[in-house]
Amino acid sequence: MGAKAATARRANIGDPIFELACRAAGLGVLLLLGGIIVSLFMGGLPAFQKFGIEFLWSTEWDPVTEVFGAGVSIYGTVITAVLAILLAVPVAFGIAFTLTELAPNWLRRPVGTAVELLAAVPSIIYGMWGFFLIAPLMSQYVQPTLIDSLGEVPGIGFLFQGPPFGTGIFTAALILAIMILPFIAATMRDVFEQVPPVFKESAYGLGCTTWEVMKGVVLPYTRVSVAGGIMLGLGRALGETMAVTFVIGNANRITTTLFGPGNTIASVVALEFGESEAGSLKLSALLALGFILFVISFIVLAASRYLLRSRLKG
Amino acid sequence: MSATIHPSLAPAKDVAVAARLGRSRSRSDVIARTLSLLATAIGLVFLISILVTLFFKGFNAMNLSVFTEVTRPPGSNGGLLNAIVGSVIQVALGTAIGTPIGMLVGTYLAEYARGSKFGGVVRFVSDILLSAPSILIGLFVYSLLVLPFGGFSGWAGVAALAIIIIPIVVRTTEDMLSLIPNTLREAVIGLGSPKWKMIVLVCWRSAISGIITGVLLGIARIAGETAPLLFTSLGNNAWSTDLTQPMPSLPITIYSYAGSPFQDWIELAWAGALVITLAVLGLNIAARSLFSGKK
Repeated sequence: MGAKAATARRANIGDPIFELACRAAGLGVLLLLGGIIVSLFMGGLPAFQKFGIEFLWSTEWDPVTEVFGAGVSIYGTVITAVLAILLAVPVAFGIAFTLTELAPNWLRRPVGTAVELLAAVPSIIYGMWGFFLIAPLMSQYVQPTLIDSLGEVPGIGFLFQGPPFGTGIFTAALILAIMILPFIAATMRDVFEQVPPVFKESAYGLGCTTWEVMKGVVLPYTRVSVAGGIMLGLGRALGETMAVTFVIGNANRITTTLFGPGNTIASVVALEFGESEAGSLKLSALLALGFILFVISFIVLAASRYLLRSRLKG
Repeated sequence: MSATIHPSLAPAKDVAVAARLGRSRSRSDVIARTLSLLATAIGLVFLISILVTLFFKGFNAMNLSVFTEVTRPPGSNGGLLNAIVGSVIQVALGTAIGTPIGMLVGTYLAEYARGSKFGGVVRFVSDILLSAPSILIGLFVYSLLVLPFGGFSGWAGVAALAIIIIPIVVRTTEDMLSLIPNTLREAVIGLGSPKWKMIVLVCWRSAISGIITGVLLGIARIAGETAPLLFTSLGNNAWSTDLTQPMPSLPITIYSYAGSPFQDWIELAWAGALVITLAVLGLNIAARSLFSGKK
């Protein structure tokens, strides 16, 4: 009897140990995020102290006189990400509509996989492809056409002016759009598939066309999750580094034309990091930029998760 | 609406209105369908264009010396051997460190923390890390491991890659464990097994193919990561397997070669890009077929 109880007790030693290991690992993930926040903030502190709140909108970036501001790169980050969303969302919606309602069953899996593979291609490959293939195409065909056709239109013409370099804000946004396309499309497809079939069947029974079912039943039913998927894509676009670094043109100025060069937080950090010594004010400014990027993407990703919570539960 | 009135009873004007409405409805349906198919075609064209460009440029530059020679100055027929070996070492170690941690966290979320507040926070943070910009993880490891220890090192690269793979493994582990029916757990506990034995011997074993899928997808993701390695393992133009020193890696070498003005370096970058893309897409396809085969 005593021996048996001892065996049972010994066997149960494993339980608290294992639970503790799991719990510790969970705590480790929290510490990881906390560590990222603290290290970026502490690293950026000298720059925040030196330049104050003006750091956020100052457009100076002069390593020689050691004057730094985040204005241009915050602008570039937001404008490329938003443009990318504008370009990607309609296409992603089309893909999701095709995959859930239009394509024959045998075609859905291969096409779906192909779109997901687009998400697996490393960002440096997008960068090379964008730089060596897309940028020349843009400067020879797309941008001259847009400049000739839209450049003179009052109101929006200023967006499409200037020399067609090929690289620049517009090309960066296009590459970003292609990169986030699979994330948005996959989320939309998943939530479209969760619409109860009886809703759609009722609409079809009333004589609705496929498009009317999408517009009147599926989209209203899933609009919150669709917004979540778009936010997820936005979060990805904000922090994308390598592809943007290749094609954005890397100039620290704000231009009104979309074809002008610019930079983003991530591209500035990647490019300027090599030339900043440990302990320098420039390195601190780069870490401060990293902290700002973290705050922006944290808000966007948290919003995305909040909007997608019903899907996560389901 | 008008369709409910029988045509023979309706005035001719109403029939004409109904017919026009029907035409416009089916027209917008056709337009929406066509545009959607077009959108799908556009998405596929991008994928095909990337692959064709890679194969075309990559195969032109591909020869045996890519895999047998180390990186050399421009014009001296170098290869990518050290970069490939460096990448393999860092990715393997990063996976070896990140996978067990990720599995433990996923197990905690699925087996211990269902519905608990702390578990919810961990899940939220892990999901944020999953989509957080990888460049920031590089900066974090830089301030954690590079600055205090006085230099870029292979270990710092390993740490950055491990941090990136953890949330991927967490997500798949939790998803796979929550697919296991509770009756299975109750049966094991009912036989008198401690909970940890139930988890390790029954739950993990049932979920293993899904977890392996997640790990493979994670490996595919970190193998192509460039930005975090810029601040951690930095890159190295010589043969180096010493993890305390700066270490070469394929993505970094591709990045610096593709941006160089030397034609033979750019060609090597394309060869490297082809190698890495084939590896990453191959891993993805392998992971998917493994999962669908076992499901």
